[in-house]
Amino acid sequence: MKKHTRICIVCPAGCHLEILEDDHGEFTVSGNTCPRGKTYALNEMRDPRRVVTAVVPVNSGKTPYLPVKTDAPLPVPLIGRLLKKLYSMRLALPAKAGMVLIRDFEGTSVNVVLTRGAEEQER
Amino acid sequence: MKTENADIAVIGAGAAGLSASAVCARAGLRTLVIDREETPGGVLLQCIHNGFGLHYFHEELTGPEYAERLLEKARSAGVEFRMESAVMKLCDLGNEKELTVYSGADGVTVIRAKAVILAMGCRERSRGNLAIPGDRVAGVITAGLAQRFLNIDGFLPGSSAVIVGSGDIGLIMARRLTWCGIQVKAVVEILPYPSGLSRNIAQCLDDFHIPLRLSTTVTGIHGRDRVESIGIAPLVNGEPDLSREEIIPCDTVLFSVGLIPENELSRQCGVEINPSTNGAYVDGSLMTGVPGIFACGNVLHVHDLVDFVSEEAENCAANAVGYVKNGPPTMEKQLRTIAADNLSYVVPNACRRGVPTRFYMRPKVLCRRAELLVKKGDGTVLLRKKLQYVKPAEMITADLPAESTAGCPDTAELRFELRPEEEAKV
Repeated sequence: MKKHTRICIVCPAGCHLEILEDDHGEFTVSGNTCPRGKTYALNEMRDPRRVVTAVVPVNSGKTPYLPVKTDAPLPVPLIGRLLKKLYSMRLALPAKAGMVLIRDFEGTSVNVVLTRGAEEQER
Repeated sequence: MKTENADIAVIGAGAAGLSASAVCARAGLRTLVIDREETPGGVLLQCIHNGFGLHYFHEELTGPEYAERLLEKARSAGVEFRMESAVMKLCDLGNEKELTVYSGADGVTVIRAKAVILAMGCRERSRGNLAIPGDRVAGVITAGLAQRFLNIDGFLPGSSAVIVGSGDIGLIMARRLTWCGIQVKAVVEILPYPSGLSRNIAQCLDDFHIPLRLSTTVTGIHGRDRVESIGIAPLVNGEPDLSREEIIPCDTVLFSVGLIPENELSRQCGVEINPSTNGAYVDGSLMTGVPGIFACGNVLHVHDLVDFVSEEAENCAANAVGYVKNGPPTMEKQLRTIAADNLSYVVPNACRRGVPTRFYMRPKVLCRRAELLVKKGDGTVLLRKKLQYVKPAEMITADLPAESTAGCPDTAELRFELRPEEEAKV
């Protein structure tokens, strides 16, 4: 029997989760106040994922960077590679919020979308 | 000099100003929003992380997305924006309020409005506010400024950092710096518990094994031109234990040590400020002591969720609309609210009898289970609410229904008390 603890990050309530792992690798979750907490705890044990937010460089003097997010949580081991790819991009304007910049990153079916748009720079 | 007339002038185009102005314009009132920045959205525009909107929009959004939704609401309602404009002076002329506004494009403009909504938000406390000893070197900035550098301007503030204070902005920045390749060596907190939300400790510090040093203070910032190291020491009986001082090499120190509501304009025009919130005293309709001037959002009291800001701002705006359409309410004696046991404040500071009211309050204590009681002066309990995981970092809300205050005599007071039932494990 092994005990793990996590703080749930699904919503601002931040429930303190307790996860008991028995000898057969089965998990029992307690401390959650909603079903999403249980799902989060099980994912933390089997395949931890996080939503990634960052900025990408833009080809514009007025708007040097624009913010992006993954549209679903990404497996934690892939975060470093995604960030590297984002920082090496060069986005052209105009660009609209919601635009998909990267589709199906490394076969995870997670997309990267722009969270703020910008017009072309005025001359 | 240009002059303009409006029904309602809203100062600030952040979450509070945008949410409030949409309500005013939708009610058919000419609504002007004045803000110093180039684009509306306020601090949300630099908060590129997700976690906003779960209560208000029922989905998880990033800051820029949340701002865009509010802006869309305001624009479609017909709100007019005066951007890159600073309000220099606010005057109460009785039935009208006068705002002296300066902008590069128009010079000085005088705006006359029937009501004003204060929505200026906060600024950050800085090293100077804390009197941190040591050298005056480059590389010492507030967490919010670092956030702006990274997320809007695209500058890296340094290569290795220590964050002082465990407020949410500091925690979010710990993750952001790490994801930008900057090494975060520690987060130092003077209190025995973290000031930010638990989920941010989990996803911004624990994920990256960043140490959180509780009950620890800064003994000095050292360097010649640029920060070279920071000294920290544990607190023992309120004093730093210098025998256990530790010097951490780093080139950047970020301060995330609280926010100060920007109430210079409010004070100037005679609005009385509550020392326990640093925001205005407001009545049950979120009107300040100056009739016709209302306040909402972080300029009223510091919120931990933007969703509550939107909700409070909409409520405030609905009252401002009523004030403009029906004229000042007849003198009505409201019930005074008192933050008693274990609460540092309650907003609003009064409650209209027989009007359902939402109260926001901040606990002074950390506990696992607690009960919130709202009592009338004679001890009658009007409301009981069970709470889980009470902590100063998280605001408490309570709704008092109309019927519970309808029969109160006008001399009654409402006492808010928090009763801890089980101690928290730190």
